[in-house]
Amino acid sequence: MKNIFKFKNKLALVGTIIITVLIFTAICADFLVSEDPRTIDLQGAFSLPSSKHLFGQDQNGADIFSKIIYGAQTSLLVGFSTVLISLIIGTFFGTIAGYLGGIFDQLIMRAVDIFMAFPGLLLAMAISALMEPSIYNIIFALSFSGWVSYARIVRSQVLSLKQFDHVLAAQSLGASRRRIIFYHILPNALGPLIVAATFGIAGAIIGEAALSFLGIGAPPTVPSWGAMLDQGRQHLLDFPHLATYPGIAIMLAVLGFNFVGDALRDRFDPKSHME
Amino acid sequence: MFHYILRRLMLMIPILLGVSTLVFFIIHLVPGDPVDILLGETALDVNKQVLRQALHLDKPIFVQYGYYVWNLIHGDLGTSLVTNKPVLPTILSRYPATLQLSIAAMIIAMLIALPLGVLAAVKKYSIVDNVSMFVSLLGVSMPNFWLGPLLIIFFSIHLDWLPVSGRGTISHMILPSVTLGAALASILTRMTRSSLLEVITNDYVRTARAKGMRESRVIFKHALMNALIPIITVLGLQFGVLLAGSIITESIFSWPGIGREIVQALQRRDYPMVQGCVLFISFTYVVVNLLTDIMYSIIDPRIRLG
Repeated sequence: MKNIFKFKNKLALVGTIIITVLIFTAICADFLVSEDPRTIDLQGAFSLPSSKHLFGQDQNGADIFSKIIYGAQTSLLVGFSTVLISLIIGTFFGTIAGYLGGIFDQLIMRAVDIFMAFPGLLLAMAISALMEPSIYNIIFALSFSGWVSYARIVRSQVLSLKQFDHVLAAQSLGASRRRIIFYHILPNALGPLIVAATFGIAGAIIGEAALSFLGIGAPPTVPSWGAMLDQGRQHLLDFPHLATYPGIAIMLAVLGFNFVGDALRDRFDPKSHME
Repeated sequence: MFHYILRRLMLMIPILLGVSTLVFFIIHLVPGDPVDILLGETALDVNKQVLRQALHLDKPIFVQYGYYVWNLIHGDLGTSLVTNKPVLPTILSRYPATLQLSIAAMIIAMLIALPLGVLAAVKKYSIVDNVSMFVSLLGVSMPNFWLGPLLIIFFSIHLDWLPVSGRGTISHMILPSVTLGAALASILTRMTRSSLLEVITNDYVRTARAKGMRESRVIFKHALMNALIPIITVLGLQFGVLLAGSIITESIFSWPGIGREIVQALQRRDYPMVQGCVLFISFTYVVVNLLTDIMYSIIDPRIRLG
């Protein structure tokens, strides 16, 4: 019993460290790197890691280390923005469906069913493919398909919370609907939402990388780990270092958020304490 | 039972219609003239006009939508802009390869997840449990577009055991199906563990132990059989995710399925093809979910009563 929490806490600590380093890297990118990630140096193309180029140079001779550092900005920007937008939209519709019920609930839940019929990144891919490659369009595509899971969580939370005594008490005291929702219901639904959002950031980072990997994500001028991995893949046989660094970066970033999310789920889910 | 299936089938229709409508409006409301996208902005005005009429783009959007739904009901998913052939036969000819890969991935995931999950549950909170939990978190964090190249570097380049790409022999299937199945294996491991832990507290498990049954028999015959019910649901739900995941896996390993087709269509800007593949994959997903629910109600009769 204790043992498992110790182990999970260690993973959560590792996750927190990874996330902190990632955020620090993204904010301080300009100070950490002196070289422009877009520099083209065909003479140095494919050169292996050295003291001047810590992770070597890619097919255009750009410094892989600085592309990784700036790539953290892209990943985090997409990760946090996507989850924030999805959360706002999801909470809005989830609250309406759960609190008002009736025809609103029916309509919103049928829409949710339709969005859920597109497995994985399929919907985001279809949208992203049609639009100009840009960071904002990636965020739009991922949020467009991402809000659904939050709406479901909020709806089920609201449905059970509105039966609670403190909500009934507030209602009988004549509290306004807005006050009940914002002061008495939503704050109590935060736990599961925070857990879902943490996993959501990991998912959005993978989503951005996947879209860029397929060539329908970040434009060529924006450093993206997914795009780097795609370019590196084409030279996998001769120069595996091109794909290795972005691959490790994606994995570590996602792992960090998943570790923390997993620990948070154990904290917020009372079932796991009872085992 | 018959009524249950009929009701579920009826419920499927609005969802399929909704999916088609959403896809239609995404493609038609995104800024930019489709004709410009299709022909390129430098195309002659005459050609643009011809194509616009051929695609009914000169008509109001609701008329276009009418044509679209009408064609869809008749199994017409459009014509490829590259090959000029109907989209549906191409998709159908690619489908067996994708199905084969997804099923192989599912089998591999089960082969990894069931023993690991049972072991983790039986040796709860031990080193084995911790390690399997860590590995499964690693598995979900490892995107398939990174795992794939990694496996190629190790097994195809360094060890030279398995082919880099293509389809044909069993050895061609191993790397792609492991790549596709890894995340599912992770999810199923955790699912097996938690499901078994829940079942193990039941009275009939205690009874089985009390009458002196061997522990292995208690676990595999009594506990695991019942723990499998939620696992089957997850498997059904995840099948669609496998179909979507095959898009990336297939293009890494040049596996000739729908996934590679859709990626090629994306690169060639062959929108009818993209639209057809997206619709086909979503429809498959909806049908698989229905089948899972029906199977679920056969395995566990309590469901039907609800």
